[in-house]
Amino acid sequence: MLDSKVPAGPLAQKWSNHKFNLKLVNPANKRKFTVIVVGTGLAGASAAASLAELGYNVITFCYQDSPRRAHSIAAQGGINAAKSYQNDGDSVFRLFYDTIKGGDYRSREANVYRLAEVSVNIIDQCVAQGVPFAREYGGLLDNRSFGGAQVSRTFYARGQTGQQLLLGAYSALNRQIKKGKVKSYTRHEMLDLVMIDGHAKGIVTRDLVSGKVETHAAHAVLMCTGGYGNVFFLSTNAMGCNVTAAWRAHKRGAYFANPCYTQIHPTCIPVTGDHQSKLTLMSESLRNDGRVWVPKTQEMAERLRKGEIKANDIKEDDRDYFLERKYPSFGNLVPRDVASRNAKEAVDDGRGVGKTGFAVFLDFKEAIGRLGEDAVRAKYGNLFDMYYQITDENPYKQPMRIYPAVHYTMGGVWVDYNLMTTIPGLYALGECNFSDHGANRLGASALMQGLADGYFVIPYTVGDYLAKLGSFAPVDHSHPAFEATRKEVEEKINKLLSLNGTQTVDDIHKKLGHIMWEYCGMARTAEGLQKAQGLIQELKKEFWTNVKVLGENEELNLSLEKAGRVADFLELGELMVVDALQRAESCGGHFRLESQTEEGEAKRNDEEFAYVSAWEYKGDNVPEELHKEDLVFENVQLTQRSYK
Amino acid sequence: MSKSKPVFSSSIGKKLIMSLTGIFLCLFLVVHLVGNLQLFKDDAGLAFNKYAYFMTHFTPIKVVSYLLYASVIVHVIYAITLSMKNKSARPIGYAKYDGQANSKWNSRNMGILGTVILVFLATHMSNFWWKFHNDQVPYIEYRTDLATGQTTARELQASEFHDYQETVENNVQILKARDLYKQVDFAFKNVALVALYVIAMAALAFHLIHGFQSAFQTLGFNHRRYIGIIRAIGVWVFGVLIPIGFAIMPLFFFFK
Amino acid sequence: MAQHMNLTLKVWRQKNDKDKGQFVTYQANDIADDMSFLEMLDIVNEELTRKGEDPVYFDHDCREGICGMCSLVINGRPHGPKEGTTTCQLHMRSFHDGQTIVIEPWRAAAFPVLKDLAVDRTAFDRIQQAGGYVNINTGGVPDANTIPIPKRIADEAFESATCIGCGACVAACKNASAMLFVSAKVSQFALLPQGQTERYERAQAMVDQMDAEGFGNCTNTGACEAECPVGIKLTNIARLNREYLTAKIFKQEEPHA
Repeated sequence: MLDSKVPAGPLAQKWSNHKFNLKLVNPANKRKFTVIVVGTGLAGASAAASLAELGYNVITFCYQDSPRRAHSIAAQGGINAAKSYQNDGDSVFRLFYDTIKGGDYRSREANVYRLAEVSVNIIDQCVAQGVPFAREYGGLLDNRSFGGAQVSRTFYARGQTGQQLLLGAYSALNRQIKKGKVKSYTRHEMLDLVMIDGHAKGIVTRDLVSGKVETHAAHAVLMCTGGYGNVFFLSTNAMGCNVTAAWRAHKRGAYFANPCYTQIHPTCIPVTGDHQSKLTLMSESLRNDGRVWVPKTQEMAERLRKGEIKANDIKEDDRDYFLERKYPSFGNLVPRDVASRNAKEAVDDGRGVGKTGFAVFLDFKEAIGRLGEDAVRAKYGNLFDMYYQITDENPYKQPMRIYPAVHYTMGGVWVDYNLMTTIPGLYALGECNFSDHGANRLGASALMQGLADGYFVIPYTVGDYLAKLGSFAPVDHSHPAFEATRKEVEEKINKLLSLNGTQTVDDIHKKLGHIMWEYCGMARTAEGLQKAQGLIQELKKEFWTNVKVLGENEELNLSLEKAGRVADFLELGELMVVDALQRAESCGGHFRLESQTEEGEAKRNDEEFAYVSAWEYKGDNVPEELHKEDLVFENVQLTQRSYK
Repeated sequence: MSKSKPVFSSSIGKKLIMSLTGIFLCLFLVVHLVGNLQLFKDDAGLAFNKYAYFMTHFTPIKVVSYLLYASVIVHVIYAITLSMKNKSARPIGYAKYDGQANSKWNSRNMGILGTVILVFLATHMSNFWWKFHNDQVPYIEYRTDLATGQTTARELQASEFHDYQETVENNVQILKARDLYKQVDFAFKNVALVALYVIAMAALAFHLIHGFQSAFQTLGFNHRRYIGIIRAIGVWVFGVLIPIGFAIMPLFFFFK
Repeated sequence: MAQHMNLTLKVWRQKNDKDKGQFVTYQANDIADDMSFLEMLDIVNEELTRKGEDPVYFDHDCREGICGMCSLVINGRPHGPKEGTTTCQLHMRSFHDGQTIVIEPWRAAAFPVLKDLAVDRTAFDRIQQAGGYVNINTGGVPDANTIPIPKRIADEAFESATCIGCGACVAACKNASAMLFVSAKVSQFALLPQGQTERYERAQAMVDQMDAEGFGNCTNTGACEAECPVGIKLTNIARLNREYLTAKIFKQEEPHA
């Protein structure tokens, strides 16, 4: 039975009451505990720094060459906080409400409320660290409205908010490294979790430079390893983002929750060809002034694709501004999932544009006419430049081409209110866990969650677990579990290295991506998902018999690194499909064609599906077991979303 | 408690020394050029020789001149130290390095330019400073009629006179002094020497076009409002005016 | 329509930090001009892998020009011929059919080569650890709007803070100096009120560490500024000089552990 450990009492008091009830570790005893933090993005760096400040010994790991490079750095838009500096009616409850509603009522009330509650502290903390947020001429912090929110609560640092927040957390981490409270390992990858008597007691890592497989012992392990969007091969994630740490923990007993909830972002630069390695996101603020359209007829789209005519040759009457047509009140500003799905429909209808046909137009002609080119440049200049740089097309002169791309994964490792997974002593923070965004995440909320977990939640909750351990003794690193787990990892590496087929790891990864995108992407059907199941199983077989892994373990080995990650993506992909199949409703980013209203909109089924699906690993090639955590809503009224 | 390194053993401290000695040497160049303008006076070197005596016998100036020698030496020593450190900071160079794309040639080759200037300095000092100080230049006597203002000059034999004398007899002012002017005139008839001077002044120009503003940057002076003035002075005064002023002197005597 | 081109690549190959290393020539054929430079290398690597040869190792991650992980000196220029971009945002349309492209790692004593084109940049982390932070703990900080910061100062601090830590400044500098990198962080905190409490300790501590790492000295050539993918300005270096010299000559602060 899943126990979310949500404390009793009124929503607004839950967290304060809970903090009081959590056990404390005496300041003098904190130094007797060691905590491992895997991943140094917003969640990892902030958690590591905060725990070290309290006195715990912390060991951090990241696969990049420096803790500063985690993909949190790429977030552009901003970070939400219920500061209500703008006098526009914002409050903790409103941020909570918007987040719950945005998540299509598939997240836990208590977690989301806590997130909204501590959001205000995050901004204070970051400013004190010297994060240069945008300011007004009067010297106070500037806010903007983001992602269709009715209030201005988004704090930002030009288009580089993620970078500035991460560098702030990195600086706090550096301070603790200097003090000797944090030991930082870079170019290290977590490959397994070490369990002793049912508790997480350490990890196995591979030094990516020397290939050395090592074990590290600790009293608790925090996974802050981000999302798994790269299961689609093409996504807005960094090239190295992977699910391996979370997946190996899952195989050791941590339940994986809602894996099918993925967010597909509508305004990305489209794919140009097979060589493409990743997709680039452009801030969704573009939709404030850009108009989305495709030609009305397939013939015209075909001529566009062949290059016989240009976008500007198409007359107004021949254009279909499909978002404005279908959603007159929200128009181009419908939520991410709706915008994405409609773009896909237009493309499936044979009206896609661009060389490949996998794109729709985002047109600024009207905005340039209304505001003038300079005003548009002032608002979106950096995005236009980026687009120009990548596509070599001038968006001031011709419409942008955009297409949806996988951006964020709401699903992740299941955690309770304390952010602890189903393995005692193992925690998951940030995008790695599933807790706060339900079936869909609002813009500018990912940064908020990462930092909330790291700065303001985990420092309290880890202490409770450690205090209850009942012993201050160091973890016995000579325990046979360490060597046994290390051996297992080495065997897996050797097995991978022994594969000498004809396909490269990327070949398989691209195939997996195609399957996932086709059948478990923006629109899903039972039939398609069943088909995908079979395809992935075949692909898995192909991987383990016909992939080519070069070189040896004792070196920087590109193909070995990738092979290990793709092996895990294959298994995760399978679970995503299974999860999507069992959730026969549409909610948030998960759209089942079978579950839509007469008008073709997503139809949620609260009667049957108001639960978190948490999957338990049962062994290789054995179906995973579904556990349901029922979602109880005491403070909000469940409503069907409508943007007509 | 970790004690920070003393300022002059740090990279920035060493550069501070380069900056300060450099600016001091720049100032000297101004004074030197203004003084030497007397070479262009058509008075058989009277004003110039008087100036030469003053510069070598007035105590405050002597003190400054020792500072100057020290500055040159320090500037050179630190340049060598810093260059060696810079070399060791990149033990393996690039097979292909496109410096032209991101910086000016002179800024990357201050060492070479400085070496040319140093060779010039050695020649210059041995030709004039050494000979002047070691009594290897001839003597001259100027007689100026105070009534008419007319001056006549005649060479003195080394056996006749060894000093500096300014007297007035019968309304005639008599000045006996070392004739550095003649040494200048003589030296600059040598085409090789003139060529060296002109080349060295070109090197000096490029050295200072970068060096002058670089010295201010090292001092931390890079203010949006004033940096344009510093750059302009660096280019027009120290990169053009002064080197050309100096280069004209050997040419003037060569073609005279 | 994308133009396609054939290229000759001369790539630095080095097995590990002990290997001497050498250039190896590869052909990259049928490269579309809308590919990024790293995607071109991906294709070369896929071909090498198929042939059973070790793919070229290079650092990269976000491929959006922000993480600072990608590097490469391309035809003698860090991040290649296009100004204001990282290698991952450099597209093949900056090259032409038949061109020979020389690809080398960052070269600096402080950045030893790990393998092929990847170097060890942990020296940068150690410099940041020496003082690139404000000495405060989580919690207990004042409200974010307690101290107003003039917009001009906030904007200038932001511009310094955008440094992505890629190391192109070191790679471009003929002296392999890290002054632009260090000055960006020192400037950010020297400008902001939050950075004032340890302003002078910070400048000393970070310069000490920079010197200890074996970087060269700044000779103000400006190459770093010209090659910086995010446009960090030389005025930061002037400010670092000012901060450091003021600390040394007029202040009594000493860096603390």
